[in-house]
Amino acid sequence: MKSAHWIITLSFMVLSFTGYVILMSHPRLYWGQVGNDLTPALFELPISRNYQHGGWEKTIPFFDATGSPVTASRTYDIFNQNDWGRSLHFLSAWFLVLTGVVYLLSGIFTGHFRNNLWPRARELSRQEFWRDVIKHLRMQIPSATGGPQYGLLQKFTYLAVILVLMPLMILTGFTMSPAITATYPFLLKMFAGAQSARTIHFFASIALVLFLLVHVVMVIRSGFKKQITAMTFGK
Amino acid sequence: MKKNQLISRRTAIITGLTSLGGLVLPGCSKKLPPTYGNILRMGDALTYVAQRTLLPGQSLAMEYQHSDISSFPATGTTNPADNTKPYFSKAYGNLHTGDFSNWHLSVEGRVAKPGLYSLADLQRFPSRTQITRHTCEEGWSAIGEWTGVPLALVLNSAGILPSARYVNFYAYDGAMTSIDMLDAFHPQTMLAYGMNGRSLPVPHGAPVRLRVETQIGYKSVKYLQRIVVTDEFVDTGDTGWAWYTGI
Repeated sequence: MKSAHWIITLSFMVLSFTGYVILMSHPRLYWGQVGNDLTPALFELPISRNYQHGGWEKTIPFFDATGSPVTASRTYDIFNQNDWGRSLHFLSAWFLVLTGVVYLLSGIFTGHFRNNLWPRARELSRQEFWRDVIKHLRMQIPSATGGPQYGLLQKFTYLAVILVLMPLMILTGFTMSPAITATYPFLLKMFAGAQSARTIHFFASIALVLFLLVHVVMVIRSGFKKQITAMTFGK
Repeated sequence: MKKNQLISRRTAIITGLTSLGGLVLPGCSKKLPPTYGNILRMGDALTYVAQRTLLPGQSLAMEYQHSDISSFPATGTTNPADNTKPYFSKAYGNLHTGDFSNWHLSVEGRVAKPGLYSLADLQRFPSRTQITRHTCEEGWSAIGEWTGVPLALVLNSAGILPSARYVNFYAYDGAMTSIDMLDAFHPQTMLAYGMNGRSLPVPHGAPVRLRVETQIGYKSVKYLQRIVVTDEFVDTGDTGWAWYTGI
């Protein structure tokens, strides 16, 4: 489980980096089935020279009717490193997914999820929850115990990452694949289109990066050396 | 470590590595499209094997309504007749001047009846019209209506031989790519000569382009010149871009 944790961490960092490189070649996000430089964007990120480059020839309408969809050719040589970016993204995704399956199975069968992650009934009171929130806000971080017992918010966060964000990343990733959506068109319905899936993929990745940052801060504040040893070699 | 654990850490690691090997090995024993001993291409090969193993090959990509047709950027080569561009083709320039009346598509290689097909010849085949989504590797996408002849009809009419495994496409702008038989005989894989109800415009690959709806946009090469059917994978070197782009 602990080696799976670190393989997933490494794959995630490569995925974040290559994901950023891929986003740089088209830093526009949309809602719906399709979106491109000739259609309105939900928002646009100023993260490469492709941001609002405006390098398009005069648009030509496809149909005679007003408001017809148009076409145009590009006059601008865009930033595009997707040749290795995409391949490295998918290679790391393979590492993450295969290791993730091993992690999930061992989490279930060793009882790690049930014993350490699943909140106990007595923890699930409103007072307990608010007490933990206030403790976190005051930055009263309990010092390292070298592994579980986890706090209530900690359990919620880990479960959200494992059961919500990671599956969401994988499914929205699948929704961008033309071969996979040909077989499973329900994915396009579920996420309201391939471009919506791309936008959800982006926000979920931001959430995961934030999780990683907070996770690292908590590890440092609760005793870096002891925690890293526990995360790597156990108690 | 407790004795009653169902899976120890060691068994988990060993089982994990073994199953990973099980997935990777079939990719190594059979001769697969490009790997170049490059780790990135290994990932691509794994995706190819996994998608071919896990996905039924002939499911149709989603088709849309006429009202869903969207604006559609023309990228990559947008006019091989432009002599200021590095991809300029004199031959294409001449065909363009003649309104493509002298254009012929050569179908050759592992077929019983190699031959030349004019635009009119291709239009004599039963046609297919589909409104599909084009997904570009850059991240954008667009919906367009394509009219053309399913590639399967042309390959069957040319008498494709049973040993054939790949269909290679050569274009006037110097582009070359290939697809396997599953994609070649996919009902939506077509040689398109019409777009959005008109003849295919030059920026989108006139007179005829390939449409492979189960792969990323760059597989659908424009400005077709020649189709070569082969038994073996034709390796034209590592362009850096994944050969299989179902993802």
